[in-house]
Formats: sequence, structure tokens, C-alpha cells
Amino acid sequence: MKSLADLRPGEVALLAELRVPRAVSERLGELGLLPGARLEVRFEGPLQRDPIAVFVRGSVLAIRRKEAAAILVREVRTLTQEAS
Amino acid sequence: MSGLRTWVLVGNPNCGKTALFNALTGSRQRVANYAGVTVERKEGVHTTRKGKTFRVVDLPGIYGLSVQSPDEVVAREAMTGKTKELGSVDGIVALVDATNLDRSLGLVLELKGLGKPMVVACNMMDLAVKRGLDLDLALLEKELGVPVVATVATKSKGLAELVAAWDTIQEIQKSPVESVLPIAERFQKIDEIIQKCTRRQMGPDRWTHAVDRVLLHPVAGLGVLGFVLLGLFQAVFQWAAPFQDALEAMFSEMQAWAGAVLGSGPLSDLVTQGVIAGVGAVLVFLPQILILFLLILFLEDSGYLARAAFLLDRMMARFGLSGRSVIPLLGSFACAIPGVMATRTISSRAERMTTLLVAPLTTCSARLPVYTMLVSTFVPDRMVGAGLGLRGLVMFGLYGVGIIAPLVVAWVFRRTLFSGESQVFLLELPSYKWPSPKDIALGLLQRASGFIQRAGTVILSLSILIWFLSTYPRGGTITDSYAGILGKWMEPLLAPLGFDWRIALGLIPGMAAREVMLSALTTIYAIEQTGEAAQTALSEILSQQWSFATAMSLLVWFAFAPQCISTLAVIRRETHSLRWPAFAFFYMATLAYGFSWITYRAFLGWEV
Repeated sequence: MKSLADLRPGEVALLAELRVPRAVSERLGELGLLPGARLEVRFEGPLQRDPIAVFVRGSVLAIRRKEAAAILVREVRTLTQEAS
Repeated sequence: MSGLRTWVLVGNPNCGKTALFNALTGSRQRVANYAGVTVERKEGVHTTRKGKTFRVVDLPGIYGLSVQSPDEVVAREAMTGKTKELGSVDGIVALVDATNLDRSLGLVLELKGLGKPMVVACNMMDLAVKRGLDLDLALLEKELGVPVVATVATKSKGLAELVAAWDTIQEIQKSPVESVLPIAERFQKIDEIIQKCTRRQMGPDRWTHAVDRVLLHPVAGLGVLGFVLLGLFQAVFQWAAPFQDALEAMFSEMQAWAGAVLGSGPLSDLVTQGVIAGVGAVLVFLPQILILFLLILFLEDSGYLARAAFLLDRMMARFGLSGRSVIPLLGSFACAIPGVMATRTISSRAERMTTLLVAPLTTCSARLPVYTMLVSTFVPDRMVGAGLGLRGLVMFGLYGVGIIAPLVVAWVFRRTLFSGESQVFLLELPSYKWPSPKDIALGLLQRASGFIQRAGTVILSLSILIWFLSTYPRGGTITDSYAGILGKWMEPLLAPLGFDWRIALGLIPGMAAREVMLSALTTIYAIEQTGEAAQTALSEILSQQWSFATAMSLLVWFAFAPQCISTLAVIRRETHSLRWPAFAFFYMATLAYGFSWITYRAFLGWEV
């Protein structure tokens, strides 16, 4: 299954599952990272494409790909695909 | 401050809470600490037009109450009256961001569960309206069950209404304790409420996104960052210079005046060379620190610093740090004292301690006068290759050491002493905004007074001590003083590095502040001139008396050595123990000794 770490700028997906310990999932939840949330990858870092900037629930969050790998996603599309 | 009605400000980070706090309390605020934690406590007093006073406490920005991070624990305990420094809390002002109600209202629902009187301040309303938002505030109030007031904290709009809502709520019964929904349901409810109350939705923040396309661009972004960093250093060194010169002149005047008034004798010396010189040594740092903080606050407020952290995170991660360490280390290039203080924002203990302990290795601005003097005296003015001066190259090399050393040592520390797991790196990139001059001014005032209090007392007392050691026993020159005896005693230890007793002696006052070593040397070599002439005279004497190897060795020593009591004092303050400043001293002294020794051996016998 794909994770947030697999996405590139311009791609959108829905959060499927958080494979993280409870404390971390609570923290992520407060920021709007919950199952069903819309995730839009906007930017990636200049060095090794890390970290990534993700637009979720009204704000842009920076997260490392290593940690993003634990955020599983579904219905990956590009922005243009979503618009149509 | 007890006996006042106490209200706390709660809200997400980046929603203008500091601006609201500043608008309510003005300069009547103070910063303190909660016992045992590094979370800061900000309190202030607000007086209404009718003369009623309220106590306002600014709690740390939080996203929710459920997680155990220090900020959230402090906020939760404060609101439930468990913090003894605060006593009981009468009400909550929940700040939400009108440009991001989706997320910020989540906290409001969670806070309702505490059952405290609450007022919602819907801040940054101007920005939301500009982007097209049309919100039915009355309906929102009904849906949430608490008063809602639109505010624009940076322009002090909506404050009177906010305080009025605050005031009237005193008479109303405490709201019943609601059961708190789990997060998913909470956000669902928020979405429903927003749907109901929004007459017209807000458009996206095109401006921020457009700017980020440049500032976060892999090439352009790094380019701009390099430019900003360079500009930062340049500004700190150059803009501070005239102020520093003015301050030095002022203190010289004061010394002359005091000397004339008090005549000669021990009291006069104590005042002129102990106290005034000591105070001068503190205040001479101030222009640099203020300028540095001014620029950093500007960059932080505008939202750019988060982008800098984003761009450099990967590189910092290689050394066991993260983007969060960027600001403290950056600041340390001007002066490690505010740099160390800035590590408070790093929540991971391992990362924070590491950053704190390597910050003094960065090439702080106090090293510059010593570098400049030694390089211009001993390094020939030759060209190396096309347009590259040898002197410039050496300076560049010294700077390079000041960048690489902290990173490498950080890597070592993270692998050994502080090998804890790094905290999840999650950083919000806020919308860009124009910084508010008032908020920056207040922030600057706090930083400046904090610095003067903390470092000031230490530098002053140590300057007096060092003056004492250099002057007594009276009757001889500096070489006959206690410091001189100390210098002679240290000589065999430092001889392998090419240092004689005079250099050793100079290092002692140099502990008060690095650049003091130069003026100490003029005293040691009994140079009669003052100011510029003294520097030239010193330069001539040194070029005759010191070998090239000794000079190079001293340069390297200076790059690593812990020649700054003030930094050690601040480390002690920030870590609440003597263990860490002692450790910092020893590890830096060891590095200094080792590399200095290698340098001396390497350059021994060179005739340049």
C-alpha cells in the first residue's frame, strides 16, 4: 500500500491508516492527520527530496519522509486529475 | 499579582496569540519559568477603560490537550488550576485563527470539556475577510455555546468587545462540563458547524503558495537562504560597529570622569577598571545581540524561519539534529549567549542539549577581532590563484572550522551522550505575514533585559575578579600580580602549544570576553598608546616576538577554546546545573589543546 512518503509535489491522496504508536497518532490527529483527511503534497526539500510540505486541514505541515512512510494513503491522484 | 481576575490565553501556535497578549498587556508583562520545565511563563496585566484590572497569562501554543508534550502539560495544568505559580484560573480566552477555522476550532471544543468560563477570540479576521470569508458570528456563537468576538490583534481591533465579553461572563454560571468527543468526531462536528455558519467560503492563500514556489525551490530557495544568512552576519557585524564604538567611547569617558572625581587609589581603580570596565564589557555586546534578535524576530514573525528550517532539515539530520536547531546555531554566529537561550524551543531533550553544547563552537563575533589582528599581523598579504588573497582564505578557513566543528561534535554527541530518539519532525509552515513592529519591539525588549540580567551579573562580577587578579598585589606591573603568577604557573602547560607566560596571562582576562585578550596583551606588553595606535604597536611587537607557529596555534586555540565565562553562565542557567557548563568547558578546552598542539607542530620552523 502506498504511503505519504511515496507522493511527489502535485499529488493528492486520502489518509488511509496511521501505523504509529498511540501517542504519535494523537499528536498527528490534533493536526488534522486522521483517516479520511485530504493530503496534498506541495513541496519537497532540496536535499534528497526531504522533508515534504503537506497541505492538510487548512495548514501546511513539514514532515520527514521517514515518518511519512507510516502514514498510509489511498486514492492517489494528481491535482489536475482531482480538479476534473 | 494575586487577587486579580486571572484569564489565560490558549490557542494553536501561529494564530496571533502573542500579538493579542501584547495588545492586551502592552509592556506590563513579564516572563518567568514554571518550576522544573523550560516552558516559559508570560504574564501581564490588562486594565479596562473603567479601571478594572485583569491578570492575563499567555499559555504556550498547543494543538490539543491530550498529548504529553511539556507545552500541553503546562497548559492543561494551568487551566485546571493545578499550577501553583498561577493559582486558580477564572476564565479562558480561546484564540482561533479565522483563516484556519477547520483546525483551530478543534481546540475550542476540547476546551469546553474543562467547564471553565470561556470566550472565543476569532483572530486574524482581517486576513480572512480579505480572502473572501463571510462568517455569521452570531450563529457561530450559538453553535459553540460561548461568546465569539472577531479580533485583529496586530491592529488592536476587537479588544474592547473581547474584554466586555470577558467581563459579562463573570456573572454567568460556569458552562456545564461537556463530554469531550474523540478527535475524529470533534473535527466532524467542527466541519458541520463551519458549514452552517459560513455564508461565503474563503479562497486559498495564493500569495503564500506563490512565494513558497520561489523560497522553497531547490535551487532558488537555497540561494535566497544563503543570501539571507550572509546578510544576517553582515548586518550584525557592520550595523553594530558604530554603536559599539559609541558605547566604548562613552565608557572611556565615564572611566576618565570617575578617575578624576575619585582621584587615585584602590577605590578609584575598582570603580574605573573593575566596575565600569565590567559593565562596559557587558553592554558592548548589546548592539550585536539586539540587531541579531531584531532580524531573527523579523524573520520568525514573517514566517520565513520555518522555511529555513525546512530547507536545512535534511542536512541537519545527517548530524543528528533537525531544522529546529537552525535558529539557535544561526544566532550563535553573532553571539552564543542568545543562541543558547534560543534552544528552549527544541522540545527533544537530546537535540536541545546537543545544540546547546555545540553552539559555543560556532564562530561568534567576539572571535573576529582576535582573528583579524593575528591574521593581518602574521599572514602575508599574498595572492593565491586568481583574485584570492591568502588572508581572506585563512579567515574563510577559520569560519569553516566554526561551521564544521559544531556539526561534527553534534554528530558525536548524538551518537554517544545524547543518543535519544529524535522527536518526530513536524513543523507548521505558517502563511507569510508582515511582521508587526510593535510585537517585534516588545520581543526585543524582553530579550535585551533577559540578556542584561543573566549575563550581566556574571560578566560584571567576573570582570571585577579578573581586574583584582591583574592588579594585586599592587606595586608592580601586571606580571607581578596574581594573574601574572597564574600565567607563569600555566606556562609549562601551554608551552607545547607555543604559548609563553605572557600569552597564558592574556588568556585569563580573555575568559571574561574573547576580545578582551587583545587589550590585555597591550597591558602585558606595557604599550602606552591607546586605541588604534595601540593596536598597531601591538601588531609590531607581536610580529617580532611571536613565531608564526605560535600565532597560528593561537588562532586555532581561539577557534575552539571556551574563552567566554558568560556563555558558560548562560549554559548553567538553561540547564539548571553546574555539570553541563563544566562539561562544555572541558570538552572545548580539550579540543582547543589538541588542535592547537597539532597546529604548532605543523607550522614549527616556518618562516613566512
